Amino acid sequence: MPTKLKPVDVAIVGVGLTGTIIAKELAEAGLKVVGLERGRWRDTDPDFAMPYVHDELRYVGRHELMQDLSRETITFRNNAAETALPMRQLGSFRPGEGVGGAAVHWGGLTWRFLPWDFETRSRTLARYGKGQLAEDCTSQDWGVTYDELERHFDRFEYLYGISGKAGNLRGRIVPGGNPFEGPRSREYPNPPLKTSYAGALFTQAAEKMGYKPFPTPTGALSRAYTNEYGATINACVYCGYCQFFGCEMGAKASPQTAVLPNLMKQKNFELRTHANVTKVDLDAARKRAIGVTYVDSRGREFEQPAEMVLLCSYVLNNVRLMLLSGIGKPYDPAANTGVVGRNYAYQTPSSVTLFFEDRVFNQFMAAGGMGMTIDEFNGDNFDHSGLGFIGGGFFQAATSGSRPIEVRPVPRGTPRWGSEWKRAVATYFNRSFPITIQGACQSYRGNYLDLDPTYRDAYGLPLLRMTFDRRENEHKMSLWLTDKAAQIAKAIGPSKMNVAPRTEKYTIVPYQSTHNTGGAIMGADPASSAVNKYLQSWAVPNVFVVGASAFPQNGGYNPTGTVGALAYWTLDAIRSRYLKRPGPLAG
Amino acid sequence: MGQSSGRRWFLKSVTALGGAASLPAPAPAAEPHAQHGTRVPSQTYMYLTQPEVAFVEAAVARLIPADELGPGAKEAGVATFIDRQLFGGWGTMAKMYRQGPWPEGTPQQGYQSPLTPQQVYRIGIGEVNAHCTKQYGSSFSALTAAQQDEVLRGLDGGKIGLEGVRSQFFFNMLLANTLEGFFADPIYGGNRDKVGWKLVGFPGVAAVYTAHVDQHGVPYNAMPVSIQDIVDKVAQVDEHGHPKHVLLTRKD
Repeated sequence: MPTKLKPVDVAIVGVGLTGTIIAKELAEAGLKVVGLERGRWRDTDPDFAMPYVHDELRYVGRHELMQDLSRETITFRNNAAETALPMRQLGSFRPGEGVGGAAVHWGGLTWRFLPWDFETRSRTLARYGKGQLAEDCTSQDWGVTYDELERHFDRFEYLYGISGKAGNLRGRIVPGGNPFEGPRSREYPNPPLKTSYAGALFTQAAEKMGYKPFPTPTGALSRAYTNEYGATINACVYCGYCQFFGCEMGAKASPQTAVLPNLMKQKNFELRTHANVTKVDLDAARKRAIGVTYVDSRGREFEQPAEMVLLCSYVLNNVRLMLLSGIGKPYDPAANTGVVGRNYAYQTPSSVTLFFEDRVFNQFMAAGGMGMTIDEFNGDNFDHSGLGFIGGGFFQAATSGSRPIEVRPVPRGTPRWGSEWKRAVATYFNRSFPITIQGACQSYRGNYLDLDPTYRDAYGLPLLRMTFDRRENEHKMSLWLTDKAAQIAKAIGPSKMNVAPRTEKYTIVPYQSTHNTGGAIMGADPASSAVNKYLQSWAVPNVFVVGASAFPQNGGYNPTGTVGALAYWTLDAIRSRYLKRPGPLAG
Repeated sequence: MGQSSGRRWFLKSVTALGGAASLPAPAPAAEPHAQHGTRVPSQTYMYLTQPEVAFVEAAVARLIPADELGPGAKEAGVATFIDRQLFGGWGTMAKMYRQGPWPEGTPQQGYQSPLTPQQVYRIGIGEVNAHCTKQYGSSFSALTAAQQDEVLRGLDGGKIGLEGVRSQFFFNMLLANTLEGFFADPIYGGNRDKVGWKLVGFPGVAAVYTAHVDQHGVPYNAMPVSIQDIVDKVAQVDEHGHPKHVLLTRKD
């Protein structure tokens, strides 16, 4: 029998990027908040201390900061005709585990999705007509606009101290920034990082071709900065151990550096680590959450009664908890009805690697999100007439850290082993750099999340099943974008190039990006979205589901900036409206 | 150590940042690892049997051979690295999902073997040695280099079929572990004398690069620093624990 605990006002499931912000704000507003985190406590000291944190095998190869799949994983198949099998080791994406979640090991890139992204379907129909969208494409509008989110983007960027350069200040185009971004109310809180050699060459070539390169906005901080919560994030030293690592300098924005120092002092907040939530408990009518059930590190089961439940864990776990708890109708792809699990999407990354004979790039001197970007080919920033696809992605000359276990490019055609390989890796490890393309991914009827009929987690509960493949839209887009990037690469003048568009069947094996999206999507219509525009469950209004699980499809950017904005957006609705009058905020 | 002397490295300077004035007192024109003195590479094994060690050493010596560019995977201690990895959590799939059923699945679905890496090596090595004995009359480690390459090419691509484990699966694991062992920090038993890092010009544990990161196109030939070097105080560190890299000029 589970032990029943003293009721609280708010139970937060997952103490990562969104959970820490929401916990801090609601605790400060006077609510009794419990944060339930299935992993352990982690902090800059001692967990990310030198020299042990500069260990590529441990952090990248053996996934030190990432989800322990022995207890819980997902199953995967490309389409519903196949039998899904468990993801036995991490590959394509790397969710976090422990306090801070994936925002401990994230790469730092902090984007605002384009105004177009939030209105993908209606703007596509308006500009191109119905023929531009694939028949089975279920991409839709978000129910929220860029303008509504602007001040929340702003607040998140100032919380995390993002380094960048504005390109559009209240409608005025500013040289040196991204001219395609939505209007922002003010400049970034911190200036851009320094420019690497790769970034400088890319900038030169791109400008010559008429593009408008600008520094990639990132949570690796260009200078020490104290945010509104009184937390100080330090200046980055370009050590190059950033994405997949914790930061020994406390110079990468994260829950640890930006929020936890304040949150852990909140009297109304209690953190429980090793608390693995297995379901949200509902009342008999299944219209109201009465709390959550979790299992602790000794296997004991607890019921934590709560007035509100906020699902703030990773995309995949948010959706799984909804399915396990019976919150909202599961998606049925055959009938195209139901909402939970619908519109799972991902990313369509591709790249061009440039090889040189006589130039060294020192790409190991780097920071997460260090790079120069162009955005000409993102969203609907270019005319898609006749191209046969929608969406795009940003191109970046990336200097995010080259370490030789994971990053050791050799020209195509080089053998995988032996003396010839050895010569190539010795020559090109320091004489190459990539232009990466963060391609978008639309949503489709056949791409969805549900519960696996066969495989179970350590508690005997069904695993989440992912059915996913990219479609013709993504393949055409990737070919087209990667060709554009190759033209820039060619202008830079490498001796060789690997041009690698993404056109093959999606595979869960090689790392691509931890940018899973959807499954508990937001929208204006309860028939086609699991949560309303405030991320509140349509079915159980005292449950909010926060994160990239709310994205109806994925844009051509890293998701974190938009996730942060959604957290503040939700919070604003909870504080200003829900707490005064609990109940549905939309519909 | 003779293998690694294909190139000579000379002390040039200490990185400009953070008290660069206080140069350590190096032995000029010395091999970097000479500073380690008498550190003896481990020859003890936790999981692999002696015939298995012989196989792994012979195989990794072909995957990353010693040649005019310097030592290969065998000299780097990759067999020791693989043995320790197999003995530890990775070799027993401590953080991997291990419940059945175990259909083979599609390539897109990834690792679906019911075998742990420990078992993959045990079965794989046994069967490859049996194949070699049948085909060439002796086990893999006793073959000529050309014969060994022929066998490895047969595994890589699946031309040589194995019974207990797919040959490509075994080969991919062996190759991935060889690369890891060649490039991982030496604390794991491979990358001895940081030969992998020296080959490609990777400095290992990072220094503060703020002053260097925008020196475009300027080579940064640092004597690589390992975690062990810092713990042993062979490398000097700044107040945050970043090593002060010693820069070298290269005389080929």
